Amino acid sequence: MGELREKPNTYRAGPDEGGHFGIYGGRFAAETLMPLILDLERHYEAAKRDPAFAAEIARLATHYVGRPSPLYFAPRLTAHFGGAKIYLKRDELNHTGSHKINNCIGQILLARRMGKIRIIAETGAGQHGVAAATVAALFNLPCRVYMGAVDVERQKPNVFRMKLLGAEVVPVTSGSRTLKDALNEALRDWVTNVADTFYIIGTVAGPHPYPTMVRDFQSVIGREAREQILAAEGRLPDAVVACIGGGSNAMGLFHPFLDDEGVRIIGVEAAGHGIETGRHAASLTAGSPGVLHGNRTYLLQDDDGQIAEAHSISAGLDYPGVGPEHAWLRDVGRAEYVAIRDDEALAAFTLCARLEGIIPALEPAHALAYVAKLAPHMAADQIIVMNLCGRGDKDIFTVADALGDRL
Amino acid sequence: MSTRRIERRFATLRAQGRKGLVTFVTAGDPDLATSRAILAGLPAAGADLIELGMPFTDPMADGPPVQAASLRAIRAGANMRRTLELVRDFRADDADTPIILMGYYNPIYVYGSARFLVDAGAAGVDGLIVVDLPPEEDAELCQPALSAGFSFVRLATPTTLGERLPRVLGSASGFVYYVSITGITGARTPEVADVAAAVARLRRHTDLPIAVGFGIKTAVQARAIAEIGDAVVVGSALVSVIAALDGAERGDVVGSVLALVRELAAGVRAAGGWS
Repeated sequence: MGELREKPNTYRAGPDEGGHFGIYGGRFAAETLMPLILDLERHYEAAKRDPAFAAEIARLATHYVGRPSPLYFAPRLTAHFGGAKIYLKRDELNHTGSHKINNCIGQILLARRMGKIRIIAETGAGQHGVAAATVAALFNLPCRVYMGAVDVERQKPNVFRMKLLGAEVVPVTSGSRTLKDALNEALRDWVTNVADTFYIIGTVAGPHPYPTMVRDFQSVIGREAREQILAAEGRLPDAVVACIGGGSNAMGLFHPFLDDEGVRIIGVEAAGHGIETGRHAASLTAGSPGVLHGNRTYLLQDDDGQIAEAHSISAGLDYPGVGPEHAWLRDVGRAEYVAIRDDEALAAFTLCARLEGIIPALEPAHALAYVAKLAPHMAADQIIVMNLCGRGDKDIFTVADALGDRL
Repeated sequence: MSTRRIERRFATLRAQGRKGLVTFVTAGDPDLATSRAILAGLPAAGADLIELGMPFTDPMADGPPVQAASLRAIRAGANMRRTLELVRDFRADDADTPIILMGYYNPIYVYGSARFLVDAGAAGVDGLIVVDLPPEEDAELCQPALSAGFSFVRLATPTTLGERLPRVLGSASGFVYYVSITGITGARTPEVADVAAAVARLRRHTDLPIAVGFGIKTAVQARAIAEIGDAVVVGSALVSVIAALDGAERGDVVGSVLALVRELAAGVRAAGGWS
């Protein structure tokens, strides 16, 4: 698919000045937002050079979020699959229950540096919404979270958590009433309230600098995992695996490993009812390049460039696009992208609970379902590191429903 | 050449001592035949320039009325090829009224930018407004469009200030579209004093005509804004008429839209002339 290119010296140099990863990324934003986006970029560049900014993130990561998260060797999953050693990066143990808080800490500190006094966010599964509501509470800023009406229904526990944290949750009834439409509504709010509002985007998408900024805030996952596996095994893993909706947990795990040639990098998309049914969320597996939500990337769309509705049992993966850096990594061949169906993810969900006593979110259950396919074909001395990026409490109603149980 | 159609129209307006009405409707809304009839009737009803929306599922900078118009059109089978057919049909009977295609980049990108410029030129399109192509992405479409003879109409907004103004206006052509509020289409109505200050600011940086849009719904508002700008853009109010008449006879839909255009045109024409 991708054009042939010479292999770069490093896969970690992107993006260019305009926010491009190859042909992907960029700043496809309305003029009203452009001055803000440029201002955000300036502030982010300044913050990156300020040791006090890094120190404040580190302080909160340690004492508020609970980092570093453990890298846990999963003995029973390893034995069950009968192949490679399985290590789980336990980002579900973070405060708020997912990796999303890593990014929200960084962005709220940036919002304060910029003097913004109001926070907005979009959310799919509600994990990012909860994380945004959490940091807004911590820093005493009003927070409004846009959430597709379909997702409000299927992620009720997180809706209530956001309300407990003082956020206003706005159900979005336009379009497919899921994450894509929540993003549209958040952008409409931002374009209306440009003077005082900071938009905390939850994934590695949106106009530059968001994909880079969110990746940087999430890369703590991969940096820790790299150190931890070196400490535990004395060597790098053979594969790192993470689920992909927009792709922030995956980008955070992958980025520090991009230049480690021996490490396979595998992103797992949601195949929903199956790629062949058309009811899925696998934009890298079955989509095509297009421009949406501020960046060029792979999209689920028809021949006329109209955006298709995504389908996944997991609200967090239910998005018809993906972060632009993933699109580039796919085209240059550094990362592999595969897809896992709803039923496969459900099986992995219950397997993880019964074998390791860990109830994963449905999102990383997709990653685990692919590990289940990969590990048996690997040797016992090989290593897989998988990002267990969220816990599954929020999903129990969805899973009970899918399994025919009544809660 | 096509660019001249926009310039000629503004020159004519200036010569006649009146301001212009720019009407926005979405191509194929609520269906192709009705849309064709609305377009054909717009010039006689008082539209001086026509903005034709290219339907898109996710118009992030537009409010509910324009998004609903896009979704109606898509459901009724609208696509880029048919949008350009509507322009060609219109052009067969009207050689003078400028048509500016307005929308988002993805349908153009997927159609193929080069092929799009060829086909749009052949259909009789004069200018383009692409909401999510700021100057930072000029290489995508703006530069090839200008080379191909199209006007690339820039959106200037209340946040387009200082050193950004020359950047935005530098490659502008045809006219400048001043977005009168920070917000989405069809939302709140702009304050006349704010618009006056902003238009004065723009005039220090450009000699192009300035059209003002966003939030203008009535003839009274149109008149007030026409006192300031060189043209007034009305869109959401027109597509809302189509929405309200969902399921009505084609003739009623066309008649109601054109009746509102006549009212708005009367408002614009009651405003003072060019300074």
